Amino acid sequence: MARALSPRRRLLTTIAAWFVALLIFFPVLWMLITSFKTEASAVASPPELFSADWTFENYTEVWARSDYPRFFWNSVVISIGSTLLGLAIAIPAAWSMAFVPTKRTKDLLMWMLSTKMMPAVAVMIPLYLVFQRVGLFDTKIGLVLALMLMNLPIIVWMLYTYFREIPGEILEAARMDGASLWNEIVYVLTPMAVPGIASTLLLNVILAWNEAFWTITLTTTKAAPLSAFIASFSAPQGLFYAKLSAASTMAIAPILILGWFSQKQLVRGLTFGAVK
Amino acid sequence: MGKITLRNVAKRFGEVAVIPDINLDIEDGEFVVFVGPSGCGKSTLLRLIAGLEDVSDGTIEIDGVNATDLPPAKRGLAMVFQSYALYPHMTVRKNIAFPLKMAGLDPAEIERKVDGAAKVLNLSNYLERRPGQLSGGQRQRVAIGRAIVREPKAFLFDEPLSNLDAALRVNMRIEISELHQTLKTTMIYVTHDQVEAMTMADKIVVLNAGRIEQVGSPLELYRRPANLFVAGFIGSPKMNFIEGSEAKLHNAATIGIRPEHIDLSTSAGTWKGTVGMSEHLGSDTFMRVTVEGLGMLTVRASGEVSVQQGDTVWLTPQDGKLHHFDANGKSLA
Repeated sequence: MARALSPRRRLLTTIAAWFVALLIFFPVLWMLITSFKTEASAVASPPELFSADWTFENYTEVWARSDYPRFFWNSVVISIGSTLLGLAIAIPAAWSMAFVPTKRTKDLLMWMLSTKMMPAVAVMIPLYLVFQRVGLFDTKIGLVLALMLMNLPIIVWMLYTYFREIPGEILEAARMDGASLWNEIVYVLTPMAVPGIASTLLLNVILAWNEAFWTITLTTTKAAPLSAFIASFSAPQGLFYAKLSAASTMAIAPILILGWFSQKQLVRGLTFGAVK
Repeated sequence: MGKITLRNVAKRFGEVAVIPDINLDIEDGEFVVFVGPSGCGKSTLLRLIAGLEDVSDGTIEIDGVNATDLPPAKRGLAMVFQSYALYPHMTVRKNIAFPLKMAGLDPAEIERKVDGAAKVLNLSNYLERRPGQLSGGQRQRVAIGRAIVREPKAFLFDEPLSNLDAALRVNMRIEISELHQTLKTTMIYVTHDQVEAMTMADKIVVLNAGRIEQVGSPLELYRRPANLFVAGFIGSPKMNFIEGSEAKLHNAATIGIRPEHIDLSTSAGTWKGTVGMSEHLGSDTFMRVTVEGLGMLTVRASGEVSVQQGDTVWLTPQDGKLHHFDANGKSLA
């Protein structure tokens, strides 16, 4: 039976929920408002939430001073490329873990997840040197590889969870029907796992898009994505909060829009398998 | 052709021998039913024949060719699963066409075969629907359609009717039997339901703990069960078993009498008993009668019988219908 809330309690709960939501969203809101302020108003003390003189100048200046389309394109290539490459590797891996498990499958999954617990900075120097030596430094391919490896454990885990929901008998039926392993994955497993694969894809595009540590460390100019674009406005001339905010808004806007339109799919994907 | 021969087939999962050692001949065109209680190894045996499980020992021959190490698709067999195992993202047409597509057939040929199968199975109006839009019986027909288009050497059915309701199960049972009459292809059918086994099979293989207890026609098993297990498993309600002095009178460790082979009288008979709970099915009444010294016996009486709970009745086993078993449970012919 659903729990009944009294009207007063419902009101209090709603207010509390809005308060928490605004608290979480406040930095983004502040950034958005600041991006329309003048630099003077942005650093005013005490801080003013709304400025008297609204301006689009920060956006026009940021656009004029930097090559936004190039950064944007790099972000697109790196986030989508790393996700697609990750899926190409993770689908067969998750297939074997879900449908042909061995005694060590669980250990392997845990080990993969444990790599995500390691601080990225611990491998920064070795990875930086390796990338420089093999010519991957400041290349899109290098970042695609790096981000794919960073997110691979999450992709495998998510797909493994979805695949476990697919009845094994259907794959056996495909085998009886003469499907090779490849055909089984292409014609039967993948189409059935489309919702799961789609939400894995979306989440990993978002994770890769928002990644800043490696994208800033392993690039200078050519392959730099939007994270580096934001960083470029914090130096060397000092901090210009209004322009930094405009650059940040421009960097997060595409992924925010993608996230907004795909939120249903994302929520479904993230709760998949939680309730049968 | 669809002759299947199992020679010393064994299956072990780690230390556990699910099937210790099985020898079996299935002739071309036969309808063979594997029957037994849950966990007896009947589905495992079917999966070994299908190639979905690897045998631990022994050989499987299909039409004289050693198929032990062949992958499922190369064995020329088709399987219908308990859960139907239809591809939910494909239409009925695509489901039925899938094995033909995998075999690389020409699209026009695929179309012709799919339409043919749909006609046989009354699915022509549902070809563009997805499995989720079909009833249980229709889904099962699609699964059968997917099997028949391949024109396999043998069909393997793994408890195909257990997800259907009782009325539909009876219809599908008849449809599968008619399909066997039409196609005359070997069929191996796994079930735990002895009524399905009795009504459909040319030959029943009764399995218990991974071993074959008896192989024979339905009436052979009913009339001459080889042991206590088969005697108790085949027939509904199950056979009554009597031990002790009454059995000794017949020179046996146990005697068995089927509920339908006991005559009921209110005036005279061999065993005197008191009527307990009764199940009235309309045409028949299944009565539990407690007989002093023998225990509780089930009796199948006419639906018109007028005895009440607590009444005294007399039971008499019909001539020649008593089954005799030795101390090991083996039938004494």
